[in-house]
Amino acid sequence: MLHSRAKCLLGVTFSLILLIFSLSSFARQDSDSIIEKKIKILDANEVIFGHISDGHEFHFISFFSGGKEHPISIPLPVILYSPGKGITTFMSSEFHHGERTVKGYALLTDHNIERWGLNSKKFSAGQIVAVNENGQPDTGVKVYDFSITRNVVQMLIALALLVWVMLYIAKKYKKGEGVNTAPKGIQSLLEPVITFIRDDVIKPNLGHKYEKYQPYIQTIFFFILFNALVALIPGTANVVGNIAFTGFLALTAFIVILFSSNSHYWKHILWPPVPLGVKFILIPVEILGIFTKPFALMIRLFANMLAGHIIIICLVSLIFIFGTLNTIAGYSVSPFSVAFVIFIYFIEILVAFLQAYIFAMLTAVFVGQAFEGDHHEEKVHL
Amino acid sequence: MNLLIPAFGLLIWTLVAFLVVFFILKKFAWPAIIGGLKKREQTIADSLATAERVKAEMAQMKSENEALLAKAREERAQMLKEARETKDKIINEAKDQAKVEANKIIVEAQAAIDTQKMAAITEVKNQIGKLVIEVSEKVLRRELSDKKAQEDHVRSLVDEVKLN
Repeated sequence: MLHSRAKCLLGVTFSLILLIFSLSSFARQDSDSIIEKKIKILDANEVIFGHISDGHEFHFISFFSGGKEHPISIPLPVILYSPGKGITTFMSSEFHHGERTVKGYALLTDHNIERWGLNSKKFSAGQIVAVNENGQPDTGVKVYDFSITRNVVQMLIALALLVWVMLYIAKKYKKGEGVNTAPKGIQSLLEPVITFIRDDVIKPNLGHKYEKYQPYIQTIFFFILFNALVALIPGTANVVGNIAFTGFLALTAFIVILFSSNSHYWKHILWPPVPLGVKFILIPVEILGIFTKPFALMIRLFANMLAGHIIIICLVSLIFIFGTLNTIAGYSVSPFSVAFVIFIYFIEILVAFLQAYIFAMLTAVFVGQAFEGDHHEEKVHL
Repeated sequence: MNLLIPAFGLLIWTLVAFLVVFFILKKFAWPAIIGGLKKREQTIADSLATAERVKAEMAQMKSENEALLAKAREERAQMLKEARETKDKIINEAKDQAKVEANKIIVEAQAAIDTQKMAAITEVKNQIGKLVIEVSEKVLRRELSDKKAQEDHVRSLVDEVKLN
């Protein structure tokens, strides 16, 4: 019921957005002021991607004074490696938001890409390129960017929190609290989650080998959960909705699946028990399946987390889009927008748990399938 | 918009962070947490099993006690019955013996009485005889002194003989 209503409301919201865009395009030829407004509307796009993309600084807000933009942000260290120059480190503030080149490197901004006439399909804002003595970008030099970006910083914060919490409760268990007595505080908060993952994800899928995989699956779950929850704090980076993050997790899952596979698994892939004619179709499908499983893990987590963030930013941007059209419209839209944002926020909290659970669950299922043939009585139950 | 192209740097940092977190948790957190939970579950299961066992033992003990009690009660009844029987037996025996004794005493007494009686009768007889002799002597003495009385007496004797 709630879901269908939400769907309906979302439909209304997006049709409103479309309406605004079409209105502004109709109005283009009318006057210059409308065109200016249209540019501001399109800025929403930049705002959205600015929020969900990685960055070399922790950007909070910008304010305008004297016709210039003054961003308020925390600079982060930039660590670059290029075969010719070796490792170079400096703070991202030295770029002055792309205005200056530092130690032979330049930060690309939309403005810079336009100015230097770079291929916008190959280069995008936020990227760092090497520059030659004339201050022109040298696209031939390969630059490896190991910078502590805002995603990295936030991930480290989330993981420090995770490690601290886990070590804290581990210490309590070592002391016998929660073993001989009832668990207390944060222990009793996390314990049901840990036992849920153990009893409903790990045990049913991994059967007799569950103890061996328990640390890995539990870590995966809490790794995603903590990062996803920290990323819900307004102003933070979108770590779990970054494909490098989900890609890495999928890669570990892929490696774990391969290392836990047995001959039965490979026999099933390379010589499935089907008629010969079907084998020619099924073998390529099965081989492809080895790769599609982790790939699906990667895309699923990435898309789910990204979508939630985009929706929230869209809804907030909606206020300003309306605001540029008409101040009163902006104010009148804001309560609806905020109500939606609150709703989506709750969904996002649910999604954080859900996606962490799904990732852990599917990893457990795939790993379980890899050594399934060992014991036929312990088949995977989905 | 390089959303779909994984950033190499972030990938490496995620790798490093994940491995560090994984090994720290695997070494210091998970064994304690998982072990602690397992131990507690084991303790609870053991406690429940012990409680169940104790309960069963209690029930068994109770039934044993009841059986024992029933047995004791039965034994008590048996003993009481036996005691009653013994009592009756003793009483009867005593009665019988008493009767026998009494009979013996009676018989003895009878015998003694008889003996005494015989002795008494003999005595009486002797006394009577003596008395008769004395009386006869006195009578004879008087009779002999009186002729007429003698004649009367002889006459009466003769009459008697006749009558007989």
